[in-house]
Amino acid sequence: MTAPTQAPPALELGRARARKEDARLITGQTNWTDNIVLPGMLHMAFLRSPYAHAKITSVDVSAAREQPGVIAAFSGADFADEQGSLPCAWPVTPDIVIPAHPPMAVDEVRYVGEAVAVVVARDRYAAADALEAIEIDYEPLPPVLDIRTALDEGSPKVHEAGNKSFEWTFANGDLEAAFRDAPVVLERTFRQQRLIPSAMEPRAVVASCVGGEFTLWSATQIPHILRLMLAMVTGIPEQNIRVIAPDVGGGFGSKLQVTAEEVLAVLIARRLGRPVKWTESRSEGNMTVHHGRDQWQRIRVAADADGKLRGLDVDLLADMGAYLMLVTPGVPLLGAFMFNAIYKMDAYKFNCTGVFTTKMPTDAYRGAGRPEATFGIERIMDELAAELGLEPLELRARNWIAHDEFPYTTISGLTYDSGNYEAATARARELLGYDDLRREQAERNAAGDPVRLGIGISTFTEMCGLAPSRVLGSLAYGAGGWENASIRMLPTGKVEVVTGSSAHGQGHETAWSQIVADQLGVPFEDIRVLHGDTQVSPKGMDTYGSRSLAVGGMALVSACDKVIEKAKVIAAAMMEASAADLEWTRGRFAVRGDPEKGVTIGEIALATFAAHNLPDGVEPSLDSDATYDPDNFSFPHGTHLCATEVDTETGMVTIRSYVAVDDVGKVVNPLIVEGQVHGGIAQGIAQALYEEAVYDDDGNLLTTTLADYLVPSAADLPSYVTSRTESPAANRLGVKGVGEAGTIASTPAVVNAIIDALRPLGVPDVQMPCTPERVWRAIQAARDGAQGSAAEQHEARQSNQTQGNSPQGMAPEGGASS
Amino acid sequence: MTHITVTVDGAKYADDVEPRLLLVHYLRERVGKTGTPIGCDTSNCGACTVLMDGVSVKSCSVLAVQADGADITTIEGLAMRGEAGGEWHPLQRAFHEEHALQCGYCTPGMIMAAADLLRDNPHPSTQEIREGLEGNLCRCTGYENIVRAVQRAAESGVSS
Repeated sequence: MTAPTQAPPALELGRARARKEDARLITGQTNWTDNIVLPGMLHMAFLRSPYAHAKITSVDVSAAREQPGVIAAFSGADFADEQGSLPCAWPVTPDIVIPAHPPMAVDEVRYVGEAVAVVVARDRYAAADALEAIEIDYEPLPPVLDIRTALDEGSPKVHEAGNKSFEWTFANGDLEAAFRDAPVVLERTFRQQRLIPSAMEPRAVVASCVGGEFTLWSATQIPHILRLMLAMVTGIPEQNIRVIAPDVGGGFGSKLQVTAEEVLAVLIARRLGRPVKWTESRSEGNMTVHHGRDQWQRIRVAADADGKLRGLDVDLLADMGAYLMLVTPGVPLLGAFMFNAIYKMDAYKFNCTGVFTTKMPTDAYRGAGRPEATFGIERIMDELAAELGLEPLELRARNWIAHDEFPYTTISGLTYDSGNYEAATARARELLGYDDLRREQAERNAAGDPVRLGIGISTFTEMCGLAPSRVLGSLAYGAGGWENASIRMLPTGKVEVVTGSSAHGQGHETAWSQIVADQLGVPFEDIRVLHGDTQVSPKGMDTYGSRSLAVGGMALVSACDKVIEKAKVIAAAMMEASAADLEWTRGRFAVRGDPEKGVTIGEIALATFAAHNLPDGVEPSLDSDATYDPDNFSFPHGTHLCATEVDTETGMVTIRSYVAVDDVGKVVNPLIVEGQVHGGIAQGIAQALYEEAVYDDDGNLLTTTLADYLVPSAADLPSYVTSRTESPAANRLGVKGVGEAGTIASTPAVVNAIIDALRPLGVPDVQMPCTPERVWRAIQAARDGAQGSAAEQHEARQSNQTQGNSPQGMAPEGGASS
Repeated sequence: MTHITVTVDGAKYADDVEPRLLLVHYLRERVGKTGTPIGCDTSNCGACTVLMDGVSVKSCSVLAVQADGADITTIEGLAMRGEAGGEWHPLQRAFHEEHALQCGYCTPGMIMAAADLLRDNPHPSTQEIREGLEGNLCRCTGYENIVRAVQRAAESGVSS
């Protein structure tokens, strides 16, 4: 029995712990998939389509097989009977078109980069060399590159069934009434450009098949989902597949996928009876890792003269790319619940059409649907404020849900559990020095300063903690949204924590240790967190959608509850007391009224292991397993403010200051939370200013390297001022999630700042990324008036590379296209 | 095949290599130094940065034959290893303490580039750090904490 004076360990929640996982990451001892070497391992290299759209008329891999060091070479036809079709787990409507998606193309290719043949060789150089010996003939077909014209009659077809995949609509309230006689009606068309997620670790796969048992190591976010999907695609019994996600170098949604290379690695390992490995090059990855965003958004808003919102009507065209991958069609739908954001209104309609093109499929990228929606609403709120001559923060305050109105059910049907938009906005205003900047802006505008100051606002919220299983079911998603955790109490009192949430940079090993330390009252250092291997953590839903803490963290709490419940019975026997008389204070049971008498969880663990004196019928184990399914999403929110200097002579945009006030509920580890906010903001700024996946008129990706696709460097980004407000979520930890907040918030903050700077010059919009050229052209167009439309046409021609020139109901507004 | 002799993290290696073999592949696949990762194929990302005779190079842009006779330091050789498992380099400590890494993929290259930056400029301003690390991309951190970590290491006198 322990000394009664022993105080419980200090609370870990809220403590800025440096991370446990750093020890291997900063010393070069990390276990990346590309580091794995197995005896007899062979290397794969893929031949990829140079055409956006073509029939494959013949493939001959025999010459490749003759190359030195080559063990095998295969075309799609060689696997036609067993490769199946890559899965789409989110058939959003009953009549959705989900085309067959063979991992290796057999008859037809539909995007540049699609795999058509594979060489397996002794080393990666030999495999790459032998690709050149493959003879393949194509009959080119017309590409389909612009979603605004892809649905026109007479457009070439990506698939026989046509270019429309689905149309999905949500409506609530009387939209017609809201717009009828509305004093103000505004319509804008915004472009969400196509992005490349660009995790720093390229994809890598190693597969082995021994005696019919498969092991796949993959740089994936989703070992558990991947295992299930591999079984469903290949027919290999699920119990014979083990998936391991070793250290994974970032994902941002791009590794939330079941890829052609993963499926083929498994099948080739089986066929050859030898382990195989594939690691993509960055250029290969830019073409063939799923892309993100890519929407045209037509938004109409109706308001009263005082700015009160009456109705919102959103019509989206979403580029699916050539096929539907794991959650491709579901991504824009996540935005359906977020266009109304933090605002109250009478009526809302959301319509989304998913359109096929001959480009890389799109899928989840950090925020997935919610950044797109937040951009649309926050941009049009600024436009509405300008139209009404209202201060944009004042317009927002007139429409947002007041802090005393929570819980609040929004027009899109979600119930926000908590929030305080007033508090976050007040803090952000103060930190930015908002009023002073507004004064400076007015003075400089009056003086005709060629460098214009702009202030951009983003009062955002998001739905995260994906997700209540019943909600996912109602949206036709193929799986649930629960998470699993188990606790193993070791005889020495140390703890192994197993989580189904698979980390790839988020810091689970540290944050999970902090949560369990508090729940069980054991030291942080005594806890080891295990994840990312279906044999170690057999059950899980993996990591995406800012779900790990709000869902996986709660599963941990439930698992700890069960340990404590079991320990109580054994503690009572140890102390010869009644369980009903015991009190739990973190880490220790004591007899109520006699705190001197107690046993620690470590002592109980040892007694349980020995099992000498357990009560009848009590099993000698404290271990537990819990699966948590949330009742609701969580709703982080915040106010991000951005001040930009826009040089009207060069078009150069410089971020002068950036303030982020986030409300993510209770914070487990402020160091980790701040890091997530920083990185999220950087990715959102990157969308606003730098990044775009560009295809040419033939459907060739032009941005295949990091020299063309501008992931920003330290020199391209500002320093961020961050702060937090806190309105706890309804779950027991009070946590909401932070993985995507920064990315969702920052893009509209930056673009709103640019337009705020240029609106006095008559510039109504600049299409992202707001490069100096685009900004400069927009200024010229506004200045030149009629001549400006010529500049716009020039710009439109330039942007045809990605957007085409015959908008179908999505024509950018006059002057708003550049 | 060309015969080369290279010192990597204090140990000498003599190997026959194909003239086209990249230094990073030599380090990872022949010497077993997998602590140095590869992030791109156009020398933009800097994940593979190592020190060659004390100066940072992107090891994807150097051929193994060019390293003949050179002294290479990778992230694995940066820590001052001792009996008790080694002591971290001040930059490694600073990256840990300032939470200057998340997924950690860019970290080896970022730390090696920062080591060269501080050798060149022991007391850089934040702007000089940002510009000095321009050749190294990070997708997770937004760079804020990387800048802080390099500052912290500089304050601890890492270059001396």
